[in-house]
Amino acid sequence: MAMKDMMLLVEPLIPALRRYARALVKNHATADDLVQDCLERAVSRWHQRRADGDARTWLFTILHNLAVSHIRQNRRRGGHVALDAGIDEAMIARPATQEDALHHADVMRALHTLPEEQRSVLLLVSVEDLTYAEAARVLDIPIGTVMSRLARAREKLSQKMEGTPPYETTKSGATIHRPAFGAGIFRRVK
Amino acid sequence: MTAGRPITEEDLHAYVDGALDARRLAEVEAYLSTHADAAHRVAAYAGQRATLRAALAPIAEEPVPDRLNLAHLIEARRHERARSWLSPAGAGPWRSMAAAVALVLVGGVGGWSMHGMTAGRAPMTPVAMLTQEAMDNYRVYAADRTRPVEMSASDQEQLLQWVSQRLDRKVAVPDLSAAGYRFMGGRLVATPHGPGAMFFYDDSAGNRIAMLVRPMKLDGDAPMTEHRKDAVGGVTWANSGLGYSLVADAPPQALHPLADEARRQLRAKI
Repeated sequence: MAMKDMMLLVEPLIPALRRYARALVKNHATADDLVQDCLERAVSRWHQRRADGDARTWLFTILHNLAVSHIRQNRRRGGHVALDAGIDEAMIARPATQEDALHHADVMRALHTLPEEQRSVLLLVSVEDLTYAEAARVLDIPIGTVMSRLARAREKLSQKMEGTPPYETTKSGATIHRPAFGAGIFRRVK
Repeated sequence: MTAGRPITEEDLHAYVDGALDARRLAEVEAYLSTHADAAHRVAAYAGQRATLRAALAPIAEEPVPDRLNLAHLIEARRHERARSWLSPAGAGPWRSMAAAVALVLVGGVGGWSMHGMTAGRAPMTPVAMLTQEAMDNYRVYAADRTRPVEMSASDQEQLLQWVSQRLDRKVAVPDLSAAGYRFMGGRLVATPHGPGAMFFYDDSAGNRIAMLVRPMKLDGDAPMTEHRKDAVGGVTWANSGLGYSLVADAPPQALHPLADEARRQLRAKI
């Protein structure tokens, strides 16, 4: 039965969809609105999905398009979507240490200075673990464009994060942070 | 390093993302061990990636809020389909004409607002409803190459008598010929709020525009607003209890001057 398939394939993806939406638009309620729209569309169009298509790519495509049109509309209305609103505190909730909290805030702030098209590539690939080919399908762009946006995003993020001490990656792949200093940080973290 | 394929930028990113096969991975690692700049950059990217994942991970661990409960959404969809048997897949029923039909069953304006609430959305405004009706009817009748109108322009007087009687209001037809649109005629259409009159115009290229008019119980005087759904644009307003919506396969901005002219004439005639 189609709806049973849907429960099996879609339900486990909801947390990731929420994460992607919130990383794109930041505002909690708006992000969940977008996910709700996405799920409603998925429910009503489930039978139109290509049988050989991957449910995850399909859902991210729907969500991405909704988020982008929301961002564009907001921009047209003159609303500032991401840049100046400050970091959503819940986004950096529950870091292991205070140092982590500082770093998380920094990376989120840097993320939101990226243009939407670079941010979405970076998130899909780095956080949501989509392959380059899947990201290309979600964004409806050639793989070459995925790669060049990814490279630009990482380069830019490196520059933005330069003020903070570098990361070191250990052999085991774990990342070590050094504490970050700077007046700006204290204003952001209460 | 052997003289294999040169290491590309793309390889470095694929290394960071763990997307390389074992053989290429070994080649990239060999390259990085002798190229400190690239290794430094790759380490920075990997650090970014790890921090970004760690910063966003808590969101995916939050309990999923009720309104994103998939089983409930599926159930709600089933309900809607049962209620509006005509509901086309994909279109939100509250946006479709089928919803209008379903509404008649649920009953009146109260039905609308309740429907809006169960769907978790604000109910549509009277002006938005009128626009929706105009667009729906436009899609059905303007696309009809055989018989878009029931009474043609040559019977204008009888047409106006007929629709005025059915709408229980004096109805007039604006003349848009100065803008290049010839009056084709009109017809009576069904809306959830009773009968409406729809007038059609076309230009020399055969492009059609239509104007729906019907009495408004609410918002009998409303300023002009622009609307758009897919390719169809509309400009809607209300005057002395009659609502008008001018629609066409065109951006609403392009229709605005025509709507201005129509409203000016209608104010003078009614």
